[in-house]
Amino acid sequence: MSSTATDPWIRRSANPKLDRIMVSPEGVPLNVTVATAGARAGALTLDILIILGLILGVSLLGLLVLWGFESAFGDGIALEDSGPLSVVAVLWIIAVFLFRNAYFLYFELGDRAATWGKRAVGIRVAARDGGRLTAEAVIARNIIRDIELFLPLMFLTSGEADGTMTDFTAWAGFLWVLMFLLFPLFNKDRLRCGDLIAGTWVIQNVKRNLDGVVAPSAELSADPVTGKTASRYEFSDTDLSVYGEFELQTLESVLRTGTDEALATVTTSICNKIGWEPGSGDERIFLEAYYTALRAKLERGMRFGKRRKDKFSKDI
Amino acid sequence: MASMALDPTMEQAIETAALKSDRFRLEREADWIRLEEIVTKMEKGKARRLSDEDVLALPTLYRTLLSSLSIARENSLDAGLIDYLEGLALRSYFLVYGTQTSFGRWLKGFFGGGWSQAIRDIKLDIWIALFVMIAGTLIGYVLVAGDSDWYYALVPGNFADTRVPGATEAALRETLFSTKEHDGLGVFAAYLFSNNAQVAILAFALGFAFAVPSILLLIHNMALLGAMLWVFAQRGLTVEFVGWLSIHGTTELFAILLAGAAGIHVGRSIAFPGSKSHLTAASDAGKRAALVMAGVVIMLICAGLLEGFARQLINDTGLRYLVGGAMLTFWLVYFFVFGRNRTGANP
Repeated sequence: MSSTATDPWIRRSANPKLDRIMVSPEGVPLNVTVATAGARAGALTLDILIILGLILGVSLLGLLVLWGFESAFGDGIALEDSGPLSVVAVLWIIAVFLFRNAYFLYFELGDRAATWGKRAVGIRVAARDGGRLTAEAVIARNIIRDIELFLPLMFLTSGEADGTMTDFTAWAGFLWVLMFLLFPLFNKDRLRCGDLIAGTWVIQNVKRNLDGVVAPSAELSADPVTGKTASRYEFSDTDLSVYGEFELQTLESVLRTGTDEALATVTTSICNKIGWEPGSGDERIFLEAYYTALRAKLERGMRFGKRRKDKFSKDI
Repeated sequence: MASMALDPTMEQAIETAALKSDRFRLEREADWIRLEEIVTKMEKGKARRLSDEDVLALPTLYRTLLSSLSIARENSLDAGLIDYLEGLALRSYFLVYGTQTSFGRWLKGFFGGGWSQAIRDIKLDIWIALFVMIAGTLIGYVLVAGDSDWYYALVPGNFADTRVPGATEAALRETLFSTKEHDGLGVFAAYLFSNNAQVAILAFALGFAFAVPSILLLIHNMALLGAMLWVFAQRGLTVEFVGWLSIHGTTELFAILLAGAAGIHVGRSIAFPGSKSHLTAASDAGKRAALVMAGVVIMLICAGLLEGFARQLINDTGLRYLVGGAMLTFWLVYFFVFGRNRTGANP
């Protein structure tokens, strides 16, 4: 199994099957997570709604202009062949064409490489090989969108409207759409046909804030020379040998976000494990001291190339 | 290192940090936070408001961050910190290696040789598409010549109003040199463009399925043309019909030829990837073909304008040939002569 670049036993996303490594040009492996099919579908739905909204807006604007001409120059003039109607119609056709094709291009060529829909669900387009996302790639992936989505949709709706659609063609069109829509589900990188042709994929955005140091109180009372806490709590090597990295990081998340109740529960279970008598009212100080001592031990091992996954693996 | 800029309380915090990995973090976090501020601004599209120092510092800060990340992965068990560094590294990576061509610069490279180069790259596929199109025209002509009922099967209803087998010469001539309907030409042109662009995009995009649908589409469209040609040839109007067609057709058919060739190029690369993997071959061919397709859309805009305005306004067969021939010469010179001596210059 190709392990992730960092701690191999940390789940980075809800579905570890979607975790990938992309090697930057500097040779540093970067962890990325492929966007889920649900996120993709959500983004697409939003984008289609936005495009429909834009088309509707332009149509209303056109009608407004025509109405303005009607009321300004008298009845009927706006509807003459060479009058403003044709100008408005030309603009309308061009605008609709642009919305359908240029909307995706414009936004995916921007710094965030994502349309409004994609931004809303927190995903973006990237080059699969870790290089630059080129304009050609963006054009290619969006041209293919036309056969995947718009053509069959138009084919179906216009056929319905004319009443010329036979059952057979309706079903054939439906199968066609289904084939392309479900394509991402049948490959592990969730590529649609356009991604395949363009050499791109869609990955999740990550935005995390830098939290403070996990155990600040332990540090105030620490002895800088030995790196050990010189406070009320002294842990022996046996006390620290019961847990591994998984437990350490669980403890970290409790310290970062946990309620007082959670702190008390964790304190009790740690004390039971190492055979101490759990006190009360001092849980945070105790846990921070234990966390710091455990992390110091595990990191020391790490520097010598020894790691301990969790409490079930061998002590270092 | 940034430690020179640290204030005394910070230095004290580093001194007293219990863990080496926390000390490592406290020494460097000022740089990370500065990078994060730059990245956030750029992501919000406020890159212009960045100071010159910040812009210059971005690559350095990015590389510093990558090295911090590598060290942290091997030395620190602070999961929150590593998560933060991973996320920031990815965000700044996308900005440092983002789409750096602005749209204007890309356009300049595209017209200044990138487009012609892409077309010369798929020369073989253009020959294939040309062969297919000529074959399609011949098929249409021969089929209708053999049995004129084929005409109704090949030509959709809205074209076949008066242009049907057995129509009189006068009626056919009327369709070629009609002076009516000058009004609403703009709408017609815009509609034609939108419609043709969709056909061209289809011809390209269908190449995905090993090029077979692209070829079928080309044959079908050209068979329609061949069938019409037969109808006009029956009444001795071949020269006039070709003139009527050539005024925009040299541009439009060329565009459809290129779109089909681009589709065939992609399909061929997927079917026969050579020494590359199927996926790499597909994406290389797809990017090359996408350039051609961007050009095809531009050609179709020209063709739509010519069809909507020039064809109805110029009613002389000689002039029509002149315009059509001039357009064809222009495209050929631009694609196959222009920018030749530039060897592999990347746009």
